[in-house]
Amino acid sequence: MAIASFAYMQGKRRAFSLSGGRLCGSRSLHSRPGYYGMLTAVWCVLPALLVFGVWMVLSDTILTALALKTLPVSMHNLSADQSNLLVNDLRNLVAGHVAAKDIDPVLQQAAVQYQGMERIGRVALGVVMFSIALLSASLVYMRIRPEMRARNHVERIVQVGLVLCSTIAILTTLGIVLSVLFESIRFFQHVPVTDFLFGTKWSPQMAMRADQAGSSGSFGAVPVLSGTFMISGIALTVAVPIGLMSAIYLSEYANSRVRAWAKPVMEILAGVPTVVYGFFAALVVAPFVRNSGEMLGLNVSSESALAAGLVMGIMIIPFVSSLSDDVINAVPQAMRDGSYGLGATKSETIMNVIIPAALPGIVGGVLLAASRAIGETMIVVMAAGLSANLTANPLQAVTTVTVQIVTLLVGDQEFDSPKTLVAFALGLLLFIVTLILNVIALYVVRKYREEYE
Amino acid sequence: MDRVNVGLARRYRREKRFRLFGLGAIIASISFLGLLFVSIGANGWSAFQQAEILLDIHFDTEQFDVDNLSSANYGALVKNSMKGLFPDVKGRSDTRNLHKLASTGASYVLQKMVMKDTGIIGSTQKVWLPADDEVDMFLKGYISRDVPESDRRLNDKQVYWIDQLVAGGRLEKKFNTTFFTAGDSREPELAGIRGAAVGSFFTLAVTLLLAFPIGVATAVYLEEFAPRNRWTDLIEVNINNLAAVPSIVFGLLGLAVFLNVFGMPRSAPLVGGLVLTLMTLPTIIIASRASLKSVPPSIREAALGVGASKMQAITHHILPLALPGMMTGTIIGMAQALGETAPLLMIGMVAFIVDVPGAVTDPSTVLPVQIYLWADSPERAFVERTSAAIMVLLAFLISMNAVAVFLRKKFERRW
Repeated sequence: MAIASFAYMQGKRRAFSLSGGRLCGSRSLHSRPGYYGMLTAVWCVLPALLVFGVWMVLSDTILTALALKTLPVSMHNLSADQSNLLVNDLRNLVAGHVAAKDIDPVLQQAAVQYQGMERIGRVALGVVMFSIALLSASLVYMRIRPEMRARNHVERIVQVGLVLCSTIAILTTLGIVLSVLFESIRFFQHVPVTDFLFGTKWSPQMAMRADQAGSSGSFGAVPVLSGTFMISGIALTVAVPIGLMSAIYLSEYANSRVRAWAKPVMEILAGVPTVVYGFFAALVVAPFVRNSGEMLGLNVSSESALAAGLVMGIMIIPFVSSLSDDVINAVPQAMRDGSYGLGATKSETIMNVIIPAALPGIVGGVLLAASRAIGETMIVVMAAGLSANLTANPLQAVTTVTVQIVTLLVGDQEFDSPKTLVAFALGLLLFIVTLILNVIALYVVRKYREEYE
Repeated sequence: MDRVNVGLARRYRREKRFRLFGLGAIIASISFLGLLFVSIGANGWSAFQQAEILLDIHFDTEQFDVDNLSSANYGALVKNSMKGLFPDVKGRSDTRNLHKLASTGASYVLQKMVMKDTGIIGSTQKVWLPADDEVDMFLKGYISRDVPESDRRLNDKQVYWIDQLVAGGRLEKKFNTTFFTAGDSREPELAGIRGAAVGSFFTLAVTLLLAFPIGVATAVYLEEFAPRNRWTDLIEVNINNLAAVPSIVFGLLGLAVFLNVFGMPRSAPLVGGLVLTLMTLPTIIIASRASLKSVPPSIREAALGVGASKMQAITHHILPLALPGMMTGTIIGMAQALGETAPLLMIGMVAFIVDVPGAVTDPSTVLPVQIYLWADSPERAFVERTSAAIMVLLAFLISMNAVAVFLRKKFERRW
């Protein structure tokens, strides 16, 4: 990399000085001299980077194959698993991670060889990159003529770069869908889809031995989903009235001073990290809910859905309020004036004219907030429980999709047991549910905007 | 007219009530915020202080082997000095309880002192050493004397010794520098946020380096070059959707693609940065596009009119004018990334890591994850440290947002 950047600097400076020097004062130049320099530099870096990238991807495989070849023949006819193990050992040795004393000398030798080849490879890479950079740079350098369309050339390259950048968004979505889908399909090979979607028992354990007690894990997602929806529902019943009322007050009643103050303060609520809300829920809200429940003679679990839902509701207030604020402001003033002209009070105008007019937008905002609540992780991880109860009682502990994903995937995992694969199936479910909510919400909001613009 | 007047009072009452509801909603949400800050602050401020014990440590020459300074028994030095303070303590369990008053980290402090200056061997020094977290909690009043001895973490004798030490000026609360200079630890009195803060810094650096150029390039392409066709429509819908995808799904992506397919190291800020890049990209793209849109077309046309190419018009005129807006969006995206926890849990940044990371491929953790880890720890002392870490995190976030607001105010232009 250092060589490449050095070559870059060198190429740029040389090309710049030359094209500038040779053609200085000449009006016959097609582009400004800087473009010729830039072109040289770009051509200097690109091929070298390409080589570097290819090497980075392939080096590991090639080197491992070569190192394996040096091992005695007896080690060649191993099953796939065993040779995988061998390769892993080798890699660990090379990286110097192994502290064990009983290292196989043969393996040790292979590792030494590997390291040697790696060193050679690195040197070779440097030389190749350097020479390619110089070669292509000088090629371009020779071809510099006054009439050469350097600017168009550079601009085309830049534009290709821009297009590549913008496809990253697509690639991300594709990556999400493919990775989640792929692992989910592997999960559904172990467990039928219907069992997953409609099963009512959730205990994602897989036994080590088949004869162990409770050896068959059950992967019914219904209790998990119901917990998710319950907590989100509680959150929405907190957030929608408060958010909507504050949006109405801010856009219809408040004077500009109050607005200038209250709006940023409300946005702070959206900016607080969710892990902070989670801590707040576990430290303050959950004990409060439990104590007040006990005072009323109710049996409240210390990880009740109510506490998590309340805090999550606080978190999504600003989403509801800022989105509804936008749509309420988009309602044309003429509708308000018409209503006042008929003698309606302000609140009557709001209730009977503005809210019905803004309803699609408000619904869209609520849907977005709901998808936020469903996908929210940290609050529920810290404040809601792990026990998958299928219950309608908000005072009991429930679990959510995101909690399960976190608990199943944090720590060491192997990627062939249904226990970890089910997390991806849950992720797929989560992705689909939020995607549907988002698409509907965005569609509704867009339709609404077009109506009044 | 009469019929209107009859209902008027009722209608005005209803009007007033409605207005009060609105005001109440705002006050409610602001007071939630206030409650959040107050409860965090009330729990966390005391973590900036730490109980320390003044001990006369005699660096006994016999204890030290010149060739192997690090393996000397520093714990014994602390114990001897404690014994010197309370010579009348007898019995195995009493002695052990006495020794428990000093932190296990005290020996590391001594070790560091000796390594730095071997000349102190053989002398007697007065050293402030960290006290155990229970002592710390007791001094701060979280452990009450009124609780019966059996329910207390410190027994009556220990309380008596603590009182003696305080009376002798040997036990004081001092500013807690460990909290800012140390990495994570199992012992609350030795745990600090430095490792997490550095990890956060590396992660954000990777995110910024990738997300800003890519985001701006995408915005420029979509806003200035892209033809209106199916493909660009698809990209647009995609970006809007990605902005609303739950963050944990990005974590799943990182786990499946970066770790399992590309084989990148677990727990590394590099991978965290990549995941957060994908997560913040939509935010940056949307903000950058809005800011590009706000540059008036007259500037574009003037540049094109004097013979600039499209690319020149963009790089020389439009981008500089749109840059403040883009930067504001980027800072807000970065603030989001700084507070993000869930996707980083997926890629293994929850490991217990004591060392301060030195590069983007070292295993590390980040501030929010550190908060999550501490929040799970059972010791009472970790509650205040969690709150203190939250205060630090919020301070970072608020200053980032303040910079964004400042930029917006300073460079805001009405065309």
